[in-house]
Amino acid sequence: MIAQNIGFWTIAIVMIVAALRVVTTNNVVHAALWLVVVLAGAAAQYILLAAEFVAITQVLVYIGAVMVLFLFGTMLTRARIGSESDLNNTYKKLGVPVAGLMFAAMVVALSSSFGKEKIPDSPKVISTQEVSDQIFGQYLLPFWALSFVLLAAVVGAIVLARKD
Amino acid sequence: MFVNQFLFLAAVLFCIGVYGVVARKNAVLMLMSIEIILNSVNINLLTFALRNGSTDGHVFALYIIAVAAAEVGVGLGLVLLVYRNKKTISVDDLSEMRG
Amino acid sequence: MNLFSNADAEVLAPLTSGWFLDHAWLIPVVPAIAFALIILFGKRMPFKGSELGVLSMLASLVLSTGAGYQWIQRVNSATEEQFVDPVIKSWTWWQNAGFEFGIGQHIDGLAVLVLFVVAFISTLVQIYSLEYLRGDRRYTHFFAALTLFSGGMLAMVLADNMMLLLLGWEIMGLCSFMLIGHWWEEDVNSKAALKAFFTVRVGDVGLLVGISMLYFAANDWTRENLDVSGFSIRGISAWALSGEPNSTVIMIAAVALFIACIGKSGQFPLHTWLPDAMAGPTPVSSLLHSSTMVVAGVYLVARLYPVFFVGLDIPGGGGNLIVIIGGITIVISAALAFVQNDIKRVLAYSTVSQLGYMMLGLGAGAWMPAVFHIFTHAFFKACLFLGAGSISHSASHHSFDMKRDMGGLRKVMPITFATWIISTLALCGVFPFSGFFSKDEIIDNVGHNGYGLFMIIALIGAFMTAAYMTRATYLTFFGKPRGASAGHADHSAHDAHDAHDSHDAHASSGPHESGLLITVPLIILSVLALSSGFLNATPFGESWERMKLWVEPRHSAFAPELHHAPFMWSKALMSLAIVFLGIAVSWVLSFRLFTKRDPRLVGLTQRVKILGVGHKFLVNKYYLDDFYEKIIVRNIAGPIASAAYWINQNILDGIIHKIASSSRLISGWVYRNIDQRVVDGAVNNSASFTKSVGTAAQPSQSGKVSQYGALLFSAAGVAALVLVIINT
Repeated sequence: MIAQNIGFWTIAIVMIVAALRVVTTNNVVHAALWLVVVLAGAAAQYILLAAEFVAITQVLVYIGAVMVLFLFGTMLTRARIGSESDLNNTYKKLGVPVAGLMFAAMVVALSSSFGKEKIPDSPKVISTQEVSDQIFGQYLLPFWALSFVLLAAVVGAIVLARKD
Repeated sequence: MFVNQFLFLAAVLFCIGVYGVVARKNAVLMLMSIEIILNSVNINLLTFALRNGSTDGHVFALYIIAVAAAEVGVGLGLVLLVYRNKKTISVDDLSEMRG
Repeated sequence: MNLFSNADAEVLAPLTSGWFLDHAWLIPVVPAIAFALIILFGKRMPFKGSELGVLSMLASLVLSTGAGYQWIQRVNSATEEQFVDPVIKSWTWWQNAGFEFGIGQHIDGLAVLVLFVVAFISTLVQIYSLEYLRGDRRYTHFFAALTLFSGGMLAMVLADNMMLLLLGWEIMGLCSFMLIGHWWEEDVNSKAALKAFFTVRVGDVGLLVGISMLYFAANDWTRENLDVSGFSIRGISAWALSGEPNSTVIMIAAVALFIACIGKSGQFPLHTWLPDAMAGPTPVSSLLHSSTMVVAGVYLVARLYPVFFVGLDIPGGGGNLIVIIGGITIVISAALAFVQNDIKRVLAYSTVSQLGYMMLGLGAGAWMPAVFHIFTHAFFKACLFLGAGSISHSASHHSFDMKRDMGGLRKVMPITFATWIISTLALCGVFPFSGFFSKDEIIDNVGHNGYGLFMIIALIGAFMTAAYMTRATYLTFFGKPRGASAGHADHSAHDAHDAHDSHDAHASSGPHESGLLITVPLIILSVLALSSGFLNATPFGESWERMKLWVEPRHSAFAPELHHAPFMWSKALMSLAIVFLGIAVSWVLSFRLFTKRDPRLVGLTQRVKILGVGHKFLVNKYYLDDFYEKIIVRNIAGPIASAAYWINQNILDGIIHKIASSSRLISGWVYRNIDQRVVDGAVNNSASFTKSVGTAAQPSQSGKVSQYGALLFSAAGVAALVLVIINT
């Protein structure tokens, strides 16, 4: 339990720092790389939360595919590899109170509803088989809808990006 | 481990993502901030899946990952298109919605 | 529960069925397959895919005729008072997390009737389009969309549950968009297509809400009593009549569904898309406005009649949403038809007005006459539209302007003229044309069921119908030929449709009668416009009311009890007199105005102020479009933005102006009293300060996405905080 706590806090701090760098850095490529750290941290947290399959998917899809997409996007829009000065809005300070407000709302809600509640010591671990049974059983319809979304996204991305 | 430590981590990440969406004007960076938001939601879902011992959270986390992949694909397609037409991906220059 | 099985089975005769009834689900499947084939192989076929479209519609027509014949046999095999069970087949379409969605057919008299009408009109329209669109650049796609459109309507008509109905409904919406915008290169057309799509979409929200409400309200009951889901039309009908449902729930569901019908059937106040939809090719207008798209809304009301019957308290009399909307629609659209110069627009408003009659009939409990009006209206309105197309195709160089390019056509186009006159008389409701038997029945029954005021409105509508149709007929076929139909090659009218100009060579040889592919459908339709009324000729007694026998469901657990007004010649003669009065008045006025150029009438709207205002009001379509675009759309586009704008204008600007004016005051005081050169800098500073405050307050409506995002997120944050605080 101690080890898990140490793991959690280490990863959490790394994630938060990395996330802050994503939204503050002046270099698009660096932001993408910091985002990798956030996503990898999230994958680690998923393992802590006993969700191996989701963690592996996270690594495959996010760190594998989505990051490549981001880097390609950066490259194709010819952003300079070095640092840039005009990545932020002129009124970027506006973001602080907005984010702060939302955080305040969540802090109030979370501490009043979960307080000191602990995750059970020996929680029921969900196997990948159960997840797949759920996906292809009870949640088949969203799965289909999702397939359509992906198909539409593929078609849409091609239509949008092709030259004509 | 407390339930809240995961939830607070998710909340912090969420707010950082919100800050990023508001503060950034480079469209690619905005998309990245949105990815952070989506991931924080996933952490929430999996936390509750563990707490309640249910599979639903896992299923929806997977769905969210898939939707996020689709969203990035279309989003970057849009960004490319905007770039081709306007030679910039600064969303501030896209103010056709000005009232 | 033995509630709905035949408790007293000894009285009931076994019902016959047959192959066509059992396989009615094939009717929409055939066009759907044909659509796929046309899209995939159409361009390589000898007739560019049109033959597939026509053949599939013919197959559907044969199937639905067979189904109709066997349905009649089924009705005949039943006893006098027996409820003729619909032929229902259903399969599981998909199921998920305890929900099960079916797919299947629900064939009863109403479905069979509308199936037949749709298949029939679609077939004729496709044949007509062979000629009308010959050489069009998107010929294949046109037939593909037309076929799928009919398929969608057919699927909607025979749906056994709300989900399939919704599917057909949406397919129709999509195809109507494609067809209206067929010549999308022109801005007007693509705008009209978008307008039709969005306006109908506004209404469709109501359909979704209604379907879900009915499902959640009815599912438990239908599962328990009938073992069908809450989407099943049969289940919902029985549930609505069972006395079980909460009256508020069913009322709201009925209103939500009716909003969808308002959108689809072009009822007031969402009728504005219908006349604009005339931008599509004429066959499309004909199909859309006679038997498919716009009838879908009326059909939905007729199909789920128990829900509306109970939800809106139709037997109560006095007035309910449907009759009010129907009544308003009849009068306002008939008034609009007077000021149109475009022949198709006159017909479009006339369609809106006739749909108003159907809605009025349904809303007043005159189910049978309203459904019969769907039947007769389909024939004569299709004939009128195709006639207008024939004129523009062969006589007026693709112009639809009656005042500029038509007139005197009765001599050169005798067939078109004859069919037009027959259909016009049917539309006006002159005995013995078909419109008389349906429209007069509606008016009669509306009065009989206690909606006296609406009967008067319907009679006014009948007068107006006769008058505007006479005006249109006069302008088109009588008087002297003008513009293009006089042989002047007016090329400004050409430009309108240069997309299919390749066959213009023969059209420019002067006005002439159209070819056989156009006149034969016209003749068929006009014969039906003349004769179809006799299928339910109430004046000749019970034995003539075939349609009532075949179509109207007998009172049972699935169908409400309907009353019929006894036919009286005195009433019929009165409404006929009103119609003839309308024709006569309009004829005299048209003759004096358009031919004699009577100085007392010419320019009347300019001279008499009240008339001028009224005319302007009508020409601008009651300013409804302006209202939608300028007021509603803008507000929907930015409710936050406009609120922010208001704050900006009234509060922030006020503060800024105060600061500015006070600083100006101060600076003036300083200027006058102290040394102006010393303080100059300070004044400039205060001015720039004012300006910067102004700039800081300005961005709330900047069009910048991230600022909207910030507003959105902070609004969410505030709302969340409020919720949390309330709950703790």
